[in-house]
Amino acid sequence: MKNLSGFLAGLLFGMGLVVAGMTDPEKVLAFLTVGAQWNPSLIYVLGSAVVTASIGFAWVNRRMAPLFDESFHSPSSFVVDKRLLAGSVLFGLGWGTAGYCPGPALVGVMTLDHRAALFLIAFIVGVLIYERWFSPTSDLLSRA
Amino acid sequence: MIGGAAVWLYLALGRIAGISGIATQALLRSRENLWPLMFIVGLGVGGWLAYFFVGPRAFPPFDQSQLMPLLFGGLLVGFGTRLGSGCTSGHGVCGIARFSMRSLVATTTFLIIGIITATGLALL
Repeated sequence: MKNLSGFLAGLLFGMGLVVAGMTDPEKVLAFLTVGAQWNPSLIYVLGSAVVTASIGFAWVNRRMAPLFDESFHSPSSFVVDKRLLAGSVLFGLGWGTAGYCPGPALVGVMTLDHRAALFLIAFIVGVLIYERWFSPTSDLLSRA
Repeated sequence: MIGGAAVWLYLALGRIAGISGIATQALLRSRENLWPLMFIVGLGVGGWLAYFFVGPRAFPPFDQSQLMPLLFGGLLVGFGTRLGSGCTSGHGVCGIARFSMRSLVATTTFLIIGIITATGLALL
């Protein structure tokens, strides 16, 4: 059931990304480029997803446990630190340069978009460089 | 739909739908846990299916000038999401929806830096 649930969540997420237009890096860059051609529509995508998730999380949190696991695994850290800020700055630089973030790139690869494939190869290299030389722990699960 | 998918993952598995984290687990930890890999498979299948509803899409032909931005951007996004513990989905959608101060700070930071970067590059 865990695997099926994960698959279904991914399925819905992937469809949402395509319908929203997040998988078109040119549209993402048009959103991030402020000027005459500015296309702010993606802010509504982010906004509606946040509102939906916010209401849904509050509803789910009334339960003692998730359906197919013994407990919830929410990140428990509340400290804004240099790692968070530096990581977000690097992420913003990369996002603004390529127009891709991880989800849309994964969808793009499945639809044989060569741009997504190039981005994803470099993304994986970036993740592996971090995991190999910069990770303080190997505890990935609590930091998702 | 994106918000609904995040709620479903939290309801079913108690997990936050942060794609960068899930992708990293699928890449490095699939022997311990298979659901992250299944999520990624679902993501691809869902995206692929959605194109039938949205309509077929023609990709622009390969343009060599895109090569460096895509590779450079991918490297920074890969490293940055691990260092900053999240990307657009984990911090931007789920984190803010959970009223996490870390995620609010992270999202504001990468949105502002992303806008400065893209706007700056467009002006060059």
